[in-house]
Amino acid sequence: MRPRQKLSAFGTLMRRFSPILTLPIVGCAGIQSTLEPAGEEARLVAILLWVMTGAGAVIWLGVVALLLYATGRRRKVHGERESARLILWGGAVFPAVALVLLLAYALWLMPGLRPFVQPADDAMRIEVTGKQFWWDVIYHLPEGGSVASANEIRLPVGERVELELKSSDVIHSFWIPALGGKMDMIPGRTNRLSLLAIKPGIFRAPCAEYCGTSHALMAFSAVAMEPDGFRQWLTERTQPSATVAEAGSALFLRHGCGACHTVAGTGAAGKVGPDLSHVGSRETIGAGILANTEENIARFIAEPDRIKPNSHMPPFDMLPEDDIRAIAAWLKGLQ
Amino acid sequence: MTAPADKLPAKELEAQTRRLRKVWENPTGWRYWTSVNNTQVGLWYASAAFIFMLFAGCLALLVRVQLAVPENGFLTADFFNQAFTLHGTVMMFLFAVPIFEAVAIFLLPPMLGARELPFPRLGAFGFWSFFIGGVFVCGSIFFNSAPSSGWFMYPPLATDKEMTGIGADIWLLGLSFIEVASIAAAVELIVGIMKCRAPGMRINLMPLFAWYLLIVAGMILFAFPPLIAGDILFEMQRMFDWPFFDADRGGDPLLWQHLFWIFGHPEVYIIFLPAIALMAMIVPTFAQRPIVGYSWIVLAAVGTGFLSFGLWVHHMFATGLPQISLAFFSAASEAVAIPTAVQIFVFIATMLAGKVIFSTPMLFGTGGIAIFVIGGLTGVMVALAPFDWQAHDTYFIVAHLHYVLIGGMLFPVVAGIYYYYPLIDGKHLSDRLGRIAFWLMFVGFNVAFFPMHLTGLRGMPRRVFTYPSEVGWDWLNLTSTIGAFVFASGVLVVVFDAVRPKRNHPPGEVNPWRAGTLEWISEPKENWGVRSVPHVKSRYPLWDQPDLFQDVNDGRYYLADAEEGRRELIVTSVLDAEPMQVQRVGGTAYVPIVSAFSLGAVFIALTFHWWAGAALAGVAFLCALLYWLWTGTAEIPEKSQRDAGLGLKLPLYASGPDSTGWWAMFITMVGDSTAFASLVFSYFFYWTIHEDFTAGIQGPGIFWPLVALGLFAAAWALMAAARWPNSAGATRICLVTAFLLTVAASVAGFMGPWSSAMEPTEHAYPAIVWLLAIWVIVHAAAGAVMQLYCLARSLAGMLTPEYDADLRNTVLYSHFLFITAAITFTVIGLFPEAL
Repeated sequence: MRPRQKLSAFGTLMRRFSPILTLPIVGCAGIQSTLEPAGEEARLVAILLWVMTGAGAVIWLGVVALLLYATGRRRKVHGERESARLILWGGAVFPAVALVLLLAYALWLMPGLRPFVQPADDAMRIEVTGKQFWWDVIYHLPEGGSVASANEIRLPVGERVELELKSSDVIHSFWIPALGGKMDMIPGRTNRLSLLAIKPGIFRAPCAEYCGTSHALMAFSAVAMEPDGFRQWLTERTQPSATVAEAGSALFLRHGCGACHTVAGTGAAGKVGPDLSHVGSRETIGAGILANTEENIARFIAEPDRIKPNSHMPPFDMLPEDDIRAIAAWLKGLQ
Repeated sequence: MTAPADKLPAKELEAQTRRLRKVWENPTGWRYWTSVNNTQVGLWYASAAFIFMLFAGCLALLVRVQLAVPENGFLTADFFNQAFTLHGTVMMFLFAVPIFEAVAIFLLPPMLGARELPFPRLGAFGFWSFFIGGVFVCGSIFFNSAPSSGWFMYPPLATDKEMTGIGADIWLLGLSFIEVASIAAAVELIVGIMKCRAPGMRINLMPLFAWYLLIVAGMILFAFPPLIAGDILFEMQRMFDWPFFDADRGGDPLLWQHLFWIFGHPEVYIIFLPAIALMAMIVPTFAQRPIVGYSWIVLAAVGTGFLSFGLWVHHMFATGLPQISLAFFSAASEAVAIPTAVQIFVFIATMLAGKVIFSTPMLFGTGGIAIFVIGGLTGVMVALAPFDWQAHDTYFIVAHLHYVLIGGMLFPVVAGIYYYYPLIDGKHLSDRLGRIAFWLMFVGFNVAFFPMHLTGLRGMPRRVFTYPSEVGWDWLNLTSTIGAFVFASGVLVVVFDAVRPKRNHPPGEVNPWRAGTLEWISEPKENWGVRSVPHVKSRYPLWDQPDLFQDVNDGRYYLADAEEGRRELIVTSVLDAEPMQVQRVGGTAYVPIVSAFSLGAVFIALTFHWWAGAALAGVAFLCALLYWLWTGTAEIPEKSQRDAGLGLKLPLYASGPDSTGWWAMFITMVGDSTAFASLVFSYFFYWTIHEDFTAGIQGPGIFWPLVALGLFAAAWALMAAARWPNSAGATRICLVTAFLLTVAASVAGFMGPWSSAMEPTEHAYPAIVWLLAIWVIVHAAAGAVMQLYCLARSLAGMLTPEYDADLRNTVLYSHFLFITAAITFTVIGLFPEAL
């Protein structure tokens, strides 16, 4: 883990008080908030935000006070030269100085937030491809080999993780508000982003670039885990799910689900839709929009286009209800 | 000669007034709509823009209802997406920019002491184009076919026909049509401000509103063409599958983002600066003193205009550009806050140095500043790349941009409505209703938009039609929705106040606010702008020249009469406003309407891929245009000079740089060249992003491009020569030869990519080569039409060595045509082959 940067006294103060400042407005929900940072970039930017908000509030009050005074009735008329001096100092000199200081602060932050250095070859990298309206995730392991997943990203706390961001159709944007800022996923380009989680937790991450009808229904879960737990989780994912051979797998294959989806350990190796090898263990289904329950999986199989307009998955409500339920139960069992 | 002339005897004065009134009179009945008078056109323009604004406001309310509660089913996803796309599009293209063209067309002539703008028919044409395009774009939502990919139309989403349908074509073609109207207005305003000021109104005495409009019109000229170029690339991809933005075939979606934001960011200042200009007229009036820091505010406005072109990348901070360019654009974006602050402090200083009368316009003005400053401060925040990475595309940005645009534009516009309403019909708006409206709007606005800062920081992205409830935005969104309705009720009060019948109101006196600038000299019931064109000696003539008002209305200045029954204005020199010419301008006519409708039909037919209809409408447009030019421009006067009053004799005909027409051509071609430069930029953009951007595809070779270049050079030389010999015969020979050479050059230009069998759908390289070649050929075709037009005029005796305005304009065009051709054929012929 990178040594934590030393904070200025003011930064420390802001850090200490920011939970209190945010308390009345944050309440209990904060899974998608930049104000409750759990990542290094988000933390530093939140401090930057509070500094700017404080300074901005003071400046605004000053300008409004001046306006109120200037439009007031009973006051003396000021001389032209004196007023012109106000333009120089208030309109030009003060903003120039304040902006230079602010800019210096922000530019000083930048290299640390998103380091220039190329990641080492043996570092783990996570390749994420945005698709309408879900996320394809591949963990490229340092020792070689890879683990496929979808709509969920896990990462170890305290270790910088390299992400390779791509798109296969339209522009999407990758954003885990609690960990750090956005990076677009643009067809024909590969953008790199590195994130450093500083606290464990489960966060929600929406698509941040308008990408079509169901843009609002495209999200994923980001899970920051303790490094040991993360490694164990990842190792387990290199193997097919223990329950993969159970009933349901045959139905899954018979109804043609394998044309689009992959489930490791079965014949299903489709690449069009999300990898479902361990779908039962994910936080959500449908790319961050439904709780991961058997009922919801069954619903999604039957009517994906109603849950997610213009989804590329066709509805399977023509299947016998029992089959749908059996497939859903089997999928939920893929831990 | 600057003192007023003696007053005429009452009877003669009466006759004079009658003649003048008759010349400037509006047609009646349904022919009223053929009027081209700036007062009428300005009012129609403003009303149409306002109606579009109310329409877009209703869409915003629908959006707010949908978002009031989580997982709402009020609107479908698709309709919601159409609604927010159209809301942004209409507010930007059909309200924010046009409203200032409208206000400028209405206000500038009287403010500059002029009768009219130099091209009244062009103004009317611009209005009708805007109106047709606007109705077409807005109407699409009633057929469930409005654009739905956001007002920024990012490819590859918006280039995909299956995902977007016809809405994207309506956006591209409808708005291109409106952009043409905007550029027409910009040309008219620039020439009007530079050449039609009252004698004596040197450029440093110009009202600030005119300064701002000059800057803004100049910005339109450089900002809109990149978008038009982008629209062309975009529509070529949608219609003919030329892969400009398709990454699989050598294109790049980011190219559109660059072109769009090179337009899009200056656009913000194109909207904001004219609103500040209104404030710059209102504040001195109510502070009862001249503005403090005239040169400060002019310089600040110019600085803002320049800087605004260097900021566009701050809309692209999350696209993965190198950090060094992010740092540069962060710094530039911060810098623009300085001239903005100067402008606000000029107002504060002016108030401090005066005694402020706190009227309704001032209430809206200062309320607007208080809102705008918040938008400015959040702007400073999002200009920093690290913060923008978090805030970008969230509701924080929605809050920021509405604070900027509503505080910096809508509130000053409402202040302007309250301030200038007496100029429309001599009556006041209600002070009481004004205050009610202000508080509803001010409180409603803040209730609606302030919480959005927080909604965004808590992670809510923009452009989502629904959101889950467990994320914690529920009450924030509900509050915003309630605020939006309070705000809308305030807007309704303003609308009610403006349109309610005011028959019982006594007509207010002229210049009710005791303002110092010339527009208050005009009488609302008269159409002539000013009774006689005054000689101006100060920035606030009504304060500093106490008898001016009476003298102007007694017809004791220039052009007090219209003996020949023609609409006439005085053209003055650019810097010192020395009188140079009396120009006769076009009056009431059908031809602008016919032209606008036929050009509109071209764009609408293209939208539906109805090629025959488009071609037919195109021919109709060309005929209308030629008829318009033939009958309405460069007319040889019956006498060479006219007595302009006060003993001043001025020529009635001018050509070359002395004439307004030459300037209009020059300015139009500057805009056109900017669009061309954007295409050349695209060529080199592909070159920089790919190792080998030709992808091994055979280029047009060197031979044909160089032949084309040589032929264009020869045609250009002949056009330059056409003006020299003092003989009509030589001119005709030059014109005919130049015409033939231009045609031959176009064929040679076509042969380059044709002989190499370049297939434009295969890859972005052949596509951009073809596009550049076609650009030149289309311009050459326009040049050839002009050459034939000049020939016909010469044969008809309407173009002579002495009266040669058409020829000089065509020569000017040929300079630009040659530059375009030279750059194009050098680029496609030599790059990258000669490297």
